[in-house]
Amino acid sequence: MLKKRIIPCLDVDRGRVVKGVNFVDLIDAGDPVEQAKIYNSEGADELCFLDITASSDDRETLFEVVKKTAENCFIPLTVGGGVRTIDDISRLLHHGADKVSINTAAVENIDLVAKAAKKYGSSTIVIAVDAKKNGDKSWNIFTHGGRKPTDIDALEYCIEVANLGAGEILLTSMDRDGTKIGFDNELLSTVSSSIDIPVIASGGVGNLEHFAEGVLKGGASALLAASIFHFGEYSIKDVKTYLAEQNIAVRI
Amino acid sequence: MKLVIINYGSGNLHSVHKAFEAVNNNLENPYEIIVTNTPSEILKADKIALPGVGAFQDCKNAIHKIDGLFESLEQVVIGEKKAFMGICVGMQLLAEKSLEFGECEGFGWIPGEVIKIEAPADYKIPHMGWNEVTFRNHELLNNISQNTDFYFVHSYYFRTQKNENCIATTKYPNPITAAVLKENIFGTQFHPEKSHNNGKQIITNFLEWEPS
Repeated sequence: MLKKRIIPCLDVDRGRVVKGVNFVDLIDAGDPVEQAKIYNSEGADELCFLDITASSDDRETLFEVVKKTAENCFIPLTVGGGVRTIDDISRLLHHGADKVSINTAAVENIDLVAKAAKKYGSSTIVIAVDAKKNGDKSWNIFTHGGRKPTDIDALEYCIEVANLGAGEILLTSMDRDGTKIGFDNELLSTVSSSIDIPVIASGGVGNLEHFAEGVLKGGASALLAASIFHFGEYSIKDVKTYLAEQNIAVRI
Repeated sequence: MKLVIINYGSGNLHSVHKAFEAVNNNLENPYEIIVTNTPSEILKADKIALPGVGAFQDCKNAIHKIDGLFESLEQVVIGEKKAFMGICVGMQLLAEKSLEFGECEGFGWIPGEVIKIEAPADYKIPHMGWNEVTFRNHELLNNISQNTDFYFVHSYYFRTQKNENCIATTKYPNPITAAVLKENIFGTQFHPEKSHNNGKQIITNFLEWEPS
């Protein structure tokens, strides 16, 4: 049976790991390559790096981090943050990323999704969607790391990018991110039940039950978390053991 | 001994190269690993690895765009029977044809065709993630337990014409070819380079393999 994937996410700023609560209050917490090695050996199913480096002058550091991580970790690595062009995607893949996640650039230029999927294969292209509740069963997407609102409906957008060839959706709830009160399972199930491609749940996980709910209520194919792993509250093994006890298929 | 990893611009080239290097460094008699698309280098290979991600036709075209590349592969693999390993689309290319984005001819080294995964509506496509593999005993699967998880990412799969060429399968929920084998030609649908220690074991087995 196909396993539900547990994906630790590292926010990387100028080559260092940070994690924000509600996208602010960054706390430095280590070397991404060392962190990645730990997650790799602990049984993470994939790794995700989100580059939040503001200045493009400092982005070279990311390529080095990706390269070193790929040389040490033999599990899939997704890299996102500031990906704007086919050339950006190409450079990340060339340095060892397995998938590239695109957020703002896909919203501003939807053609990029189809072009990237055609050139590198759907499985390489993850579309990251930051969604905020806007009413009953309605969410709008935000761009620029959650700073800029749009009037684009999250569900319609996810359907559109799936049709254009995106390989999966990394769906972050803006309302839940950093709150530790659980994923927005209504958002997840609304999107997941409307598209064929996998949805990765993100934003809000605070305890083991939340992981299970993301699968059982949200219908997610994969579960992404950052701070809960990062500060050692739970290990990957804790999560997988718990999910297995709930009869959710995981790779032990 | 030379192991050649074919470089035709495939997205997973770097990952495959690094995984082979990591495994190779632990071998008693390590290979000289060469990443190349130069036919004269390929002709000197003792073993060949062909990575591949993306669309079948794009990979096929990328190979044929490089003058003499396919001919040198054919010479070494079919003519001289050197051990070959294809990964993901690099494995699918061994088929006679693929039906992805219309019909496209493959290498035709193993009878069969590459077709869309058929699964119930609640199964996500692509088939993406870790899934259990069962297999027929063979030295290429030494030190791997039945039902071990490997990492898959694909929407199409290689339906071999002969059962004997399919040596490993996974289920989604219908059986899907996970690995093919014909004489000196081996291929995996999953990504050993992304399947952690069990993936490295498959690469080790391939490097130690001496097809008869």
